[in-house]
Amino acid sequence: MSKDTQILEELTSKEYEYGWSSDLEADEAPKGLNEDIIRIISSKKDEPQWLLDWRLKAFRHWQTLKEPRWPNVTYPEINYQDMIYYSAPVQKVAPESLDDVDPELKATFEKLGISLQEQKILTGVAVDVVLDSVSVATTFKDKLGELGIIFSSFSDAVKEHPELVKKYLGSVVPATDNYFAALNSAVFSDGSFCYIPKGVRCPMELSTYFRINAANTGQFERTLIIADEGSYVSYLEGCTAPMRDENQLHAAVVEIHAAKDAEVKYSTIQNWYPGDKNGKGGIYNFVTKRGICYGDNSKISWTQVETGAAITWKYPSCILKGDNSIGEFYSVAVTNNYQQADTGTKMIHIGKNTKSRIVSKGVSAGRGQNSYRGLVKVLKRATNARNFSQCDSLLMGSNCGAHTFPYIEINNSTAQVEHEATTSKIGEDQIFYCNQRGISTEDAVALIVNGYAKEVLKQLPMEFAVEAQKLLALTLEGSVG
Amino acid sequence: MLKIKNLHASVEGKQILKGIDLEVNAGEVHAIMGPNGSGKSTLASVLAGRDNYHVDEGEVTFLNKNLLDLSPEDRAREGLFLAFQYPVEIPGVSSTNFLKTAVNQIREYRGLEPLDAVSFLKIIKEKMKIFDIDQSLLSRSVNEGFSGGEKKRNEIFQMAVLDPKLSILDETDSGLDIDALKIVANGLNRLKNKDNAIIVVTHYQRLLNYIIPDYVHVLVNGKIVKSGGKQLALDLEEKGYDWVKEESDQMA
Repeated sequence: MSKDTQILEELTSKEYEYGWSSDLEADEAPKGLNEDIIRIISSKKDEPQWLLDWRLKAFRHWQTLKEPRWPNVTYPEINYQDMIYYSAPVQKVAPESLDDVDPELKATFEKLGISLQEQKILTGVAVDVVLDSVSVATTFKDKLGELGIIFSSFSDAVKEHPELVKKYLGSVVPATDNYFAALNSAVFSDGSFCYIPKGVRCPMELSTYFRINAANTGQFERTLIIADEGSYVSYLEGCTAPMRDENQLHAAVVEIHAAKDAEVKYSTIQNWYPGDKNGKGGIYNFVTKRGICYGDNSKISWTQVETGAAITWKYPSCILKGDNSIGEFYSVAVTNNYQQADTGTKMIHIGKNTKSRIVSKGVSAGRGQNSYRGLVKVLKRATNARNFSQCDSLLMGSNCGAHTFPYIEINNSTAQVEHEATTSKIGEDQIFYCNQRGISTEDAVALIVNGYAKEVLKQLPMEFAVEAQKLLALTLEGSVG
Repeated sequence: MLKIKNLHASVEGKQILKGIDLEVNAGEVHAIMGPNGSGKSTLASVLAGRDNYHVDEGEVTFLNKNLLDLSPEDRAREGLFLAFQYPVEIPGVSSTNFLKTAVNQIREYRGLEPLDAVSFLKIIKEKMKIFDIDQSLLSRSVNEGFSGGEKKRNEIFQMAVLDPKLSILDETDSGLDIDALKIVANGLNRLKNKDNAIIVVTHYQRLLNYIIPDYVHVLVNGKIVKSGGKQLALDLEEKGYDWVKEESDQMA
């Protein structure tokens, strides 16, 4: 048996690191989905009538839609009536400070490696934690407040800044956009909201951790980021979930609005539970992420490291409306065991001199299936649009798959679009070369994969790049003997 | 240091090594010469533990351990180094990162603390001087886009950093121009000491003008058919391999 085959055969022994569930008392809505459930969610959250109406409209539209079956993934039918759409950890009284936060909850954070207290001081990262569905704690709010930056849970934003939420909610991803976006619009429970005022450069990375905790709950968070003229923000999202036998649905929506001269950098480290080595359990990660470069000279950059989830279906996209605006998409997606990913991006060039850059690095191991799907669309008035796409696939073993589906639509003859694609295998030669220098096979694989993904990883903020490297190594750990 | 007894090995069912006996002691330089296809590189690969090379018979002890029982990485950690005939490219992995990982895994195996970045860089810079290697190499990806000569030099540089007990140089001289050959040879002579040993696997004797071997062995058809001193290499250069082959045929 060759070494590659061994890697493949032994890919199975890696255990998911975050596989525990904490016994928090949960305040749950009953199973199932209908207008009453939506009313319950809305009233639990004390929402204004306009938002309830918005949800109901989305729900009614959702009922007319069919689940998309075009992605290159297979899974059994999802029973949307057999899920719980709202689950909030119970807190007797609203906490005044971190000291008042449920100790069990704090322990949960510590297991996640997010000690809020320490995180404040050590990393300078403001964290908004969404456990199940309700945003539990937001740190740094005051400090950011001095600059006029709003960083809060979505629910708080609805209460405190209804005019902003009303103006931008659904402006990039309409409630009717697609099946999962419509579902999210109907039942979203919480999420993060961020507003950077004119000319302000956010001095720290803003960060959110999502975690699905209770059994049978789908998580439907919603994130809205608004960068006003000339502002800058770097935003990071991380995700984990406990190990459960049943599949759990995660259907999030992220909307970004970048005004004139604004720049938003959005990074994701996605480590949802991928299911066990036989493909049982795991998160269905069906996410709609889109940003609009609304004003001239604006820029939106997506970076994602996708190592988790049983199925990933997501296409963080940029609508390049403003002249000279720039969209970027950097992605590393790893599928191991029975994981499936159909991910990529859409770059829609509307403004003049708009540029986009796509760098996608897929890694397939075990029986994983990895598809890149990307659309580059240049509209008629987008004179001098430029796109560069690079889609690479790395295969480990011979039971996995890599697929590329590039779509290009050009309606302006001045456009320049380049597409490069490569497929390679981790060579026995490379591993042996590392071995001969004293490096274990496992570390050799980590080294080679990280080298392969370097162009994407270097886009991440420093401290997260290190975390992402470790995560990549961890995901492929035990893949060799 | 290294004792090879009656080593038989095959690749994909085809027997290549047909009973090798060789002993290498600390402080010695051995040259293994032979025509193409005689099994020189196979011997190097078998010693390093490359996959798909099957040992059919025989024993190899290295520093009193059964070498054949050890994984390739443990052989390296015990102090065996192979300078590859065709060094492998690892895109995106900087030479610094690669070497630091290697050094620290070897140290860990030997029960030593890992080196921090500062002490590591100090060692690296010292060794770079010996082989006249440009600093830009450190940030370049391992062997990626290197010329043939650069790759070979990089192998010897890695050897210098890892400081092995036994180094096997597999056709290191091929692809080197005369200046690079001199730099490599001078560096090797500086690394050589009474505690380490070098096996030079080569087709030509030109490298041996600069690194004087204590012993020269001629490998023909999977067997060492003749051993001698430095003079043997010169004879081979002059007369080619045919006379040795004929001699060995007569013996058989």
